[in-house]
Amino acid sequence: MTPLAPRSDFPLLAGAPALHYLDSAATAQKPQAVLDAIAHFYAYDNANPHRGAYALSARATERYHDARTTVARFIGAPDADCTLFVRGTTEAMNLVAYGWGEANVQAGDAIVVTAMDHHASFVTFQQLARRTGAEFRIAELTSDGRIDLESLASMIDARVKLVAFPHVSNALGTINPVTDIVAMARAVGAIAVCDGAQAVPHLAVDVDALGVDFYAFSGHKLGGPMGIGVLWGRRSLLERMAPWQFGGDMIEVVGDQQTTFNSLPHRFEAGTPNAADAVGLAAACDYLTALGMDRVRAHERALAAALLDALQPLDGIRIFGPMDSASRSGVVSFAFDDVHAHDLATILDEHGVCVRAGHHCAQPLMRRLGIAATARASVWVHSAEDDVRALVMALQHAKVLFADGALR
Amino acid sequence: MADLDELYQSIILDHNRRPRNYGQPAHSNHHASGRNPLCGDEVTVWLTVENDVIVDVKFVGQGCAISKASSSLMTDAVRGKTRDEALAMFDRVHNLLTGKSDPMAERKSLGQIAALGGVSRFPIRVKCASLGWHAFRNALLGETTITTTETGDSR
Repeated sequence: MTPLAPRSDFPLLAGAPALHYLDSAATAQKPQAVLDAIAHFYAYDNANPHRGAYALSARATERYHDARTTVARFIGAPDADCTLFVRGTTEAMNLVAYGWGEANVQAGDAIVVTAMDHHASFVTFQQLARRTGAEFRIAELTSDGRIDLESLASMIDARVKLVAFPHVSNALGTINPVTDIVAMARAVGAIAVCDGAQAVPHLAVDVDALGVDFYAFSGHKLGGPMGIGVLWGRRSLLERMAPWQFGGDMIEVVGDQQTTFNSLPHRFEAGTPNAADAVGLAAACDYLTALGMDRVRAHERALAAALLDALQPLDGIRIFGPMDSASRSGVVSFAFDDVHAHDLATILDEHGVCVRAGHHCAQPLMRRLGIAATARASVWVHSAEDDVRALVMALQHAKVLFADGALR
Repeated sequence: MADLDELYQSIILDHNRRPRNYGQPAHSNHHASGRNPLCGDEVTVWLTVENDVIVDVKFVGQGCAISKASSSLMTDAVRGKTRDEALAMFDRVHNLLTGKSDPMAERKSLGQIAALGGVSRFPIRVKCASLGWHAFRNALLGETTITTTETGDSR
């Protein structure tokens, strides 16, 4: 299986031919096209958007606006003005918690998350529950790492105001049945908040078809720069939300004692926008669109199947999450009885194989798996079968090292 | 791969497989826990100190081979030492882990602990190797609060 995108598209990979980067779920390598777009903005279009009454500033504004349109189209958002630029998924979740949650959740209400939520949503909504006095409910998982829909259904009653869940689990790779979960939330009048950080880089996403109320993702996981991400929200909700950060750009008229606020999307983007990184994110969306998201998914699914096939025979391995590649993204988490994940990561590193080892910002999940840390391999468009082979060879070396003791 | 063999020496792998002085003792008069929030490693160390001498030391922990072996080696190394001797040893181990001393030169006087010298070439793993030693030091100094290796203080 050859890569879908050549390594030469990625300067870091082109410069390190022996590197097997299997940590795309943590952050993606950057295509040259993204780096060029950012450099081009600063070299030719840089001015403060929305401010100067001169051509250069107008151009910067236009680039920023175009970036929003591109990103909105990439996720199927019908309304670009409801596609808010934020720092990343974490800030997006906090915007929902402060902007919507503070005004709509109160004591006696309930918030539902899942045991596979990333800390970005788990902790954010746990703390919202603590601030408001709402009950915090956690839907459990099945033994093969899926959201237990019965457990979830039993928790979603008339008291529930908000249901948060990941589109794709960052630690297990599970692809969740978004529309089923949205229907459960809808039935009780709760909003559905979906963490798309692990979905948008890997699957065709259409937020409108998914039916969610809020959808969040981070730019750096899809080849864009760090420090930019998106919260998409339904206009009817966003329009009724109070701003959560104040300052320049988000105002309409500032009086001595009171202020009226700008329209969408600006009311939620206080301060000078991160225009260059928005342009970089749009370039990443264009890059993936050119590859074709259906082909990206097919490529990663085939690699996930290859990973599962290659890892399963290893002695003493425990693989987490669904075993069929149809229900799984290109993320495979695993652990051995006798070699700790951090030792694995160090040994793999000596073989030029980069994997993540740890709790993956999902400690509630790790507790339920009964394990402190897993090793996680994750693929993207440049990954190929030789990355899988290198991983397996390095794991075999680790097993030998720990089984026989060191060579001296 | 030579660095890898230096890191995972047989002494380290042996102490990982069969950690010495493992388990919570019935009696102790000092204890402290250490935690590395980034990776989830945890260790608790219990000491019995009588007349300024460490007469017993035990630990319980979960973590990688490096953290477990280092804690195990620590328990063997500090038992029977006076408080000042043990604190001096902490400093020497700290220098060893951070590459400030030469493992070959230290080998004779540090004994088995010199096997931790391979860690210095893996900066990411220094925290793993120091976790148990920090917990030990905090226990000895009477600080019983939970400590972390993620603070700015590299000691």
